[in-house]
Amino acid sequence: MNDLIDRALDAAQRGGASYADIRLVERETESLTVKNGLLESAASDRSEGFGVRTLVDGAWGFAASARLEPAEIERVTRQALAIARASGLVRGEPIVLDDTPPQVGRYVTPHGEDPFGVSLDEKLRILFEADAVMGSVNGVAVRQGSIESGRERKTFASSQGARIQQEIVEAGAGIEATAVNDSESQSRSYPNSAGGQMVTGGFEAVREMRLTEHAQRIAEEAVALLDAPQCPSGEMTLIIDASQVGLQVHESCGHPIELDRVLGYEASFAGTSFLTLDKLGELRYGSKQVNIDADATAPGGLGTFGYDDEGVPAQAVPIVSAGQFVGYLTDRQTAPIIGRNSMGSARAWSWQQIPLIRMTNVNLRPGEAGTLDDLIADTKDGLFVSTNKSWSIDDRRLNFQFGTQIGWLIRNGRLTQMVRNPTYTGITPRFWGSCDAICGLSEYVLWGVPNCGKGEPIQTGHVGHGAAPARFRGVQVGVGRW
Amino acid sequence: MVGASPRDGEAVGELLSAALDLVEQGEAEALYTARDLALTRFANSRIHQNVAEHDATLRLRIVHDGRTGVASTNRLDREGLREVAERAEAVRRLAAANPEQAVLPEPDGQPDATLGYVPATAASDPELRAAGAQAVVAAGQTAGLEVSGAFSTEATSIAVANSRGLSGAHRTTQGKLVTVMMGEHGASGYAQATNSDVSAIDAAAVGEEAADKALRSAGAGDLAPGEYVVLLEEYAVATILEYLSFDGFSALALQEGRSFMELGERVMGENVTIWDDGQDPRGLPAAIDFEGVVKQRVNLVNEGIASAVVHDSATAQRAGVASTGHALPRPNNWGPLAWNLFMAPGSNSKESMLAGIERGIWVTRFHYVNVVHPKKAILTGMTKDGTFLIEHGHISRPLRNFRFTQSIPEAFSCIDAISSETRLVAAEYSGINARVPALRIGAFNFTGVTAREDGV
Repeated sequence: MNDLIDRALDAAQRGGASYADIRLVERETESLTVKNGLLESAASDRSEGFGVRTLVDGAWGFAASARLEPAEIERVTRQALAIARASGLVRGEPIVLDDTPPQVGRYVTPHGEDPFGVSLDEKLRILFEADAVMGSVNGVAVRQGSIESGRERKTFASSQGARIQQEIVEAGAGIEATAVNDSESQSRSYPNSAGGQMVTGGFEAVREMRLTEHAQRIAEEAVALLDAPQCPSGEMTLIIDASQVGLQVHESCGHPIELDRVLGYEASFAGTSFLTLDKLGELRYGSKQVNIDADATAPGGLGTFGYDDEGVPAQAVPIVSAGQFVGYLTDRQTAPIIGRNSMGSARAWSWQQIPLIRMTNVNLRPGEAGTLDDLIADTKDGLFVSTNKSWSIDDRRLNFQFGTQIGWLIRNGRLTQMVRNPTYTGITPRFWGSCDAICGLSEYVLWGVPNCGKGEPIQTGHVGHGAAPARFRGVQVGVGRW
Repeated sequence: MVGASPRDGEAVGELLSAALDLVEQGEAEALYTARDLALTRFANSRIHQNVAEHDATLRLRIVHDGRTGVASTNRLDREGLREVAERAEAVRRLAAANPEQAVLPEPDGQPDATLGYVPATAASDPELRAAGAQAVVAAGQTAGLEVSGAFSTEATSIAVANSRGLSGAHRTTQGKLVTVMMGEHGASGYAQATNSDVSAIDAAAVGEEAADKALRSAGAGDLAPGEYVVLLEEYAVATILEYLSFDGFSALALQEGRSFMELGERVMGENVTIWDDGQDPRGLPAAIDFEGVVKQRVNLVNEGIASAVVHDSATAQRAGVASTGHALPRPNNWGPLAWNLFMAPGSNSKESMLAGIERGIWVTRFHYVNVVHPKKAILTGMTKDGTFLIEHGHISRPLRNFRFTQSIPEAFSCIDAISSETRLVAAEYSGINARVPALRIGAFNFTGVTAREDGV
C-alpha cells in the first residue's frame, strides 16, 4: 500500500505538482427493507478505489480509478496532472493552501456492537416486529421499515507528509406508516422521516431506537391525519420538534456557512449565500438564545470523524454566538481568504469524488426552556409541528418553506386539535431572530442527515445536527391554497 | 476471463455470463453499469474544479425459493465475481421469503445498443471543456458579469443478462453546459445546453443567452405575491415535469395511492399531452432500463386525461401488465421512473404569448422545487435567474425572486398558450431530461418573495 501511495505522490511531484494527495477508500453498506410484512430488499454493496488530486501552477486537477494497480496509479496521476494544466487555461489567482501541519494518525469510530456482526435474522426480527404492530392498526395502507449499516476504510496521504488511516462505522433505522383516501396520503415516521435516524457508531444505536414501541402510535396518527382539519393559515407562535429544528439548521445555517458557496463556487448549481464575507462578526443572525457550533468531534454524530479528507483534524468551532454570526465551514483552500486555517470541513462522498466543504455536525446548543412539555405549557396559543415532510429554500438561503407530517394547535398551554399538512415559511435571520426559547439537554438529539446533496458531480453527504425543540414568534404558517 | 474494467461489449457479455455461471441454484440477473464522467467547473470566471472519473459496477440478483439476495461490487476480476456471488447468495439464504417478489423479465426484443451514443463525446478531452468554459466566460466578461458554470461530458454503459435468456446492452453519451452569470444590483442570468453529441453545444450562444438575461435582470424590484398570469420558459416547465415524474408518473406511486394520476380521468387541460419515450433521438435516448427491458413509449397524459403510468417488472406483475422498461436498479424504494419526458408543442411564438399578457410574470426557471402534497401535486419552489413583470404585452421591469406554492394539475388546467418550439432540458442532478415548450398559464400562485441582500 505504502509503495503505491509513494508511487502516486512521486509521479505527481515529478510531473510538476506543487502539492498532491491521494485517498484510497473501501466502502461497504448493507441495506434491509421490510414493506407490508414482506422483505422488500436485502442488498450488500461494496466499492473501492482511489483518487489523486494535484495542484499545478496554482490550479487543481483530479482523477480517480477503481483499479488499485501500479500502472493504473501512474496513469491516473498523469491524468490528474493533465487536467490541472487544462484548468490553467481559464485561470484566476493561484490557489494557495493554508499551513495546517501534516498529520500522521489513525481514527476508528467508537462503537459497541459491529453492525455487520449482527445477523440478518436479528435485524429482520426487529423490522418484522415493528411492521406487525403497524399492520395491526386499521386503515394503514403502506408500512415500511429499514435498517442500514455502513463501514468506510480510507487512507489519506499527501506530498506534505500526511499519512492517515480511518475507519468510519455507521448504523441507522426507521419505520413509516402511510394511510390514504381519495384526496389524502398521510405518512408518519419514527424516529425521523427520510429513512429514520442514522449515527456513527454501533448497532446499539438501532436497538436504543425501540422501533416497535413507537409503531402503533405513528400508525394511528397516520390514519387520524386523514380526517384531521387542514392546518390554518396566518401568523402564529410556532413550536418545532427537535428533528425538524435539525433540518431547519441544516438548510438555513449549515449550507449558507459553507465558505466555497459564499465565494461563488456553487453559484451555477445550488446557489450562493447571504452570509457574505462582510457579515462575519457583524451580522445578527438570530436572537440571543441562538448558539450554533460546527462540531466534528461530537460522539455519535453522522458528521463525526477523526480527520477530514484533506487530513485536517476534526474540530469544534463556533458559528453563531448569542445570535451573532462568527464562523464559516472552511477547507485548506478557502480558510486563508478569511485569515484562518481550515477548521476541517473538506469531505468527499467516495474515492471518485473530490473533497468539498461539507457540514460536519452543525448543532444548535440546547437552551433553558426545560422539556417539550414545559415549553408547550409556557405557550398560550400557537402551533406545534413535528417531522419533516418537504423542504425548499432560495438560492441565497433566505426564503424557506417547510412542510411537516403533523401538527397540533396549542391552546392555553396544551396540545389540542391535530391538523394535517402543516407548512411554515420565513426569511432566515428574521426567523432565527424570533426564536425566544429552546428546550434543554434532556430534549437534545444529535440527528443524522444521510442525504445531503451538494456539488457537481453531485455528492451525497452524511452530516449531523444536534437540536432540541424550539419556539418562534410570529411565523407565517399554512402556506398556499388547500 | 474478462479484464478488471471492460469497456467493449464482448468483454462485458463475458463478464455477465461469468457472473451468472457462479450462481448454483435458482434464477439470477447480472447488471453491469459503467460511467466515464469528466466535468470542468468554473466560478468567478476561472476553472476551480476539474475532475475525471471511471467506475464500473456489477450487481448480482439471485432469486430462489421465494428469497432474493442482491450484492454489488466494483471489483470485476475473477476474485471479485466469486466474492459478490457468495455475498448475494449469503443474503438470499438468510432473507425472509417474499411470495410477491417479482419474477425476472423475459427476453423482449433487441434494443438499438448505440442509440444516443456519439463517439466524439466519449472521447472529449479537458481542453475541449476548457475551451467551452472560456467561451462562456468571455461572453460574461464582455458584459461585466461574474461567470460560473459547469461543462461535463460522460459516457455510460448498461448491460443486463438474466438466467431466462434476456440479454441487452446500450451505451449513451451526454454533453451538458450550464452557466449562471451574476452582476451588480442583483443581476442574474442562466442558460443551459445538452446533447448526446457534445459538438452540437454552442458554448458562445449559451454564454450570450445567460449574459443577456443577467443584464436585463439587474435592479430587481418588489411586487406583492399573489395570483398572476405567468409565462414559463422551457427551463421552468422541464423542472415541473421532473417533479411530476417523481410524484405521480410511477406505477408504484399510483399503486400506493399517493399519485395525482387518476387513470381515465381528466387531470389537466385538453391542450396538455405528456409522454415518455426513451427511444426518441430528440431527447437523450437510452434503449433499455436497468432490468434489460426495452423502453416503450408511454402516453402519460393524453389531451388532459391521465392515460398511463410507467412500470418496472415488480409494479407490472402487481398490475397484471408488461413492464414498460422504466426500472431503476432493483431492489429500490423508488419504483419505476419516467426519465425521457416530452410535452406536446402548441402553435404560438413566445413573442405572441408575451403580447397577450396584460399583467403577469415571466419566469426563466425554478430553484429548489419540492413536493408539498403528492396527491394534489402541490409543489413549492423559488423563481431564479430572470424573473420579470409583464405589463401591456411587454417585459416592464425585473422582479425579486418569488416563492410559488401551486397545484400543478390545477395550473395545467388553465394553460392558454403553448409555444410551437420546444427545447431539450436536462435536470440539475436527477438524470431526467425533458423536451418541452414554453407555457402561458392563466393563474399561478406566488406565496412569498425573497428578501434583500442582508435578509433583515
